[in-house]
Amino acid sequence: MANVIVSSPYVAQGSTLKRLMIQVIVALLPGTIAYAWYFGPGVIINICLAVLLALAFEAGILKLRAKPVMPHLTDFSAVVAAWLFALCLPMHTPWWLVLVGIGFTMVAGKHLYGGLGFNPFNPAMVGYVVLLISFPREMTTWYLPSSVSGETLSLKEALAYTFGGADIQQWDALSSATPLDQVKTAVAQGITVGEIRLSPVFGEYGGKGWEWIAFWWFIGGLWLLASRTIRWHIPVALLSAVLVMSLLFYLVNPETYNSPLFHLLSGAVIIGAFFIATDPVTAATTDSGRIYYGLLIGCLIYIIRVWGGYPDGVAFAVLLANMCVPLIDYYTQPRVYGEK
Amino acid sequence: MTTSREITRDGLWGNNVALVQLLGLCPLLAVTSTVVNGIGLGIATLITLVLSNTIVSLIRGFVRKEVRLPVFVLIIASVVTIIELSMQALFYDLYLVLGIFIPLIVTNCAIIGRAEGFASRNPVGPAALDGLMMGLGFLVVLALLGALREVIGFGTLFANAELMFGDGAQTLQIQFNEDYPGFLLAILPPGAFFGLAALIVVKNWLDLRPREKQEIIEAAPETV
Repeated sequence: MANVIVSSPYVAQGSTLKRLMIQVIVALLPGTIAYAWYFGPGVIINICLAVLLALAFEAGILKLRAKPVMPHLTDFSAVVAAWLFALCLPMHTPWWLVLVGIGFTMVAGKHLYGGLGFNPFNPAMVGYVVLLISFPREMTTWYLPSSVSGETLSLKEALAYTFGGADIQQWDALSSATPLDQVKTAVAQGITVGEIRLSPVFGEYGGKGWEWIAFWWFIGGLWLLASRTIRWHIPVALLSAVLVMSLLFYLVNPETYNSPLFHLLSGAVIIGAFFIATDPVTAATTDSGRIYYGLLIGCLIYIIRVWGGYPDGVAFAVLLANMCVPLIDYYTQPRVYGEK
Repeated sequence: MTTSREITRDGLWGNNVALVQLLGLCPLLAVTSTVVNGIGLGIATLITLVLSNTIVSLIRGFVRKEVRLPVFVLIIASVVTIIELSMQALFYDLYLVLGIFIPLIVTNCAIIGRAEGFASRNPVGPAALDGLMMGLGFLVVLALLGALREVIGFGTLFANAELMFGDGAQTLQIQFNEDYPGFLLAILPPGAFFGLAALIVVKNWLDLRPREKQEIIEAAPETV
C-alpha cells in the first residue's frame, strides 16, 4: 500500500525524528513494565541510570564537537539507545558497569563515527558487547524472576547493590543462570532437553517470566508495525529464520535441540527483531535487503546460541549483520524502471 | 645530507615509526598487553634496527640495485636470529612470553623500510644513529601503549618485571587498587587499536596546537 502513488493534494504527516523516538519508547513500555514486574526495581534503576549517563555523555561530546547540544538532547535518540542498552544488562549491576557501557555506546559507538545517522554499528549493542567480553562475571550474574524465587530485591536493596556499599554475597541464593545459559551448559554435559526443562526456571515455552516479557515485547513490536514506525521485513525475516533453523534441528533431534517456541521466546529474540535489528541507521535500507539482513541475523542468532561460546547471540548477530549492510545495500538496489 | 639533529627529531617524533609511519603494527598491537612485554620487544627491535642499518650502510657500495632487497632481508634475518638466540639464552622467560613475535621482527616493515629508505643511501654514522632513533621512537610507543593497556586492563604497572630485570625487580610492580575488576577489552586486540588510536590523537593534537597559536598571533595584527 505504501507504494501506491496518488495525486495531490497531500497532507503532511509531521513525522520527525523526535516523534519516531517517542513512538519507540512508548512501544518499549509494556515489555519494560513486565520485565520490572518479574525481576524487581533493578531494571528501572538500570534504565534511569543509563538514560541520565547517556544524556550527560551526549551533551559533553556534542560540546567538544562544537555542535548544537539541545536539539540533539531533546530528539530522544540517546534515550532510546540508553534504554535498549539498559535492557540488555543483568537486572542488578554496579553503577560503573553502566558508566563504561554507556561511554562506549555514546562515544565509540555513535560519536566517533560522526554522530546520529553515521554510525555503522548499533550503538547500544556496541556498548553491551564491550561489557560482555570485558566483564564476564558481572555480566552473567542474573537473578531469578519473582515467579520462581517468590521475591525480588526491594528498591532500597537494589539501589544499595547498584551504588555499592551492599554485600553482594547475601543475595547469592537469588542469582541464577538464565534459562538459555542452563540449556547450553546442560546440553554440553549430555543431559537431554526434556530433563533440563523440568527445572523450575522453565515455564510452558521459554524461561518462566521470560516468556511473558517476550510476549509484551511482541505487543509493543506489533504496535510499532501498526503505527508504521518500522517496516515488516526485518522482524518477519528474522523471526522466520530463527523458527526455520530451530524447527529443522528440533525435528532432527529433540533431545539436544530445544523447541522452536523456546528459541523464539527466550533471550532477546523478540526485542531484537522489533527494536534492535530495525534501527533505521544501521539496518539495510532496501526492501529485499532488509529481508536478507533479517534472515542473516536470525540464522546467526541460532548458530551462536547452539554452537557458539555465548548463551545468547542477538548482540553479536546484529553487529555482524551491521557489518554486511553496505554489501547487502549494494547488491539489492532496486532496478530503475525500464532498465534491463 | 641530514644532520644528526634532524635524524633524532625524525626518529623520535616527526617521522615516528609507530605513530606517523604506522609501520610494525603487528608486533605493536599484539605484544603490548603489559609494559614489560612492550619494552622487551621494543629493545629487541631497537637492536635489530641499529645492527641492520649499520651493516646495510657498510655494504651499500657493493650491492647491486637489482638484488638489494633479498640482500637486506638476508641481513635482517641474520640479525634477528642472533637476537632471538641471545634472548633465549639470557631472558628465557621473556623469550617464552614474546614467543613468535621475536622471529617476526624480520617482517617488521619499519626495519626494511629504514634499510631501503635511509641506510642504503647514507654513511655508517648517520645510518646507525637513524636506526637508534627510529628504534627508540618505536620503543617509547610500545612502552606507552603497554602501560596504557596494563593500567586499564589489569590495574597494575610493571607486572612481571622480573622477566627482564631479574628477581630483584619484582618489587617494581605497582598495584593501584586491590579490588580492580580488570577491563578485559584493553588486553584484547580491540584495546590495542583503541590505545594506538588514542596515542595518535594525542600526538596530532600536540602537533597542531602550537600552529593554531601561531595563526592567532599572525592574524592578530591585521585585526588591530
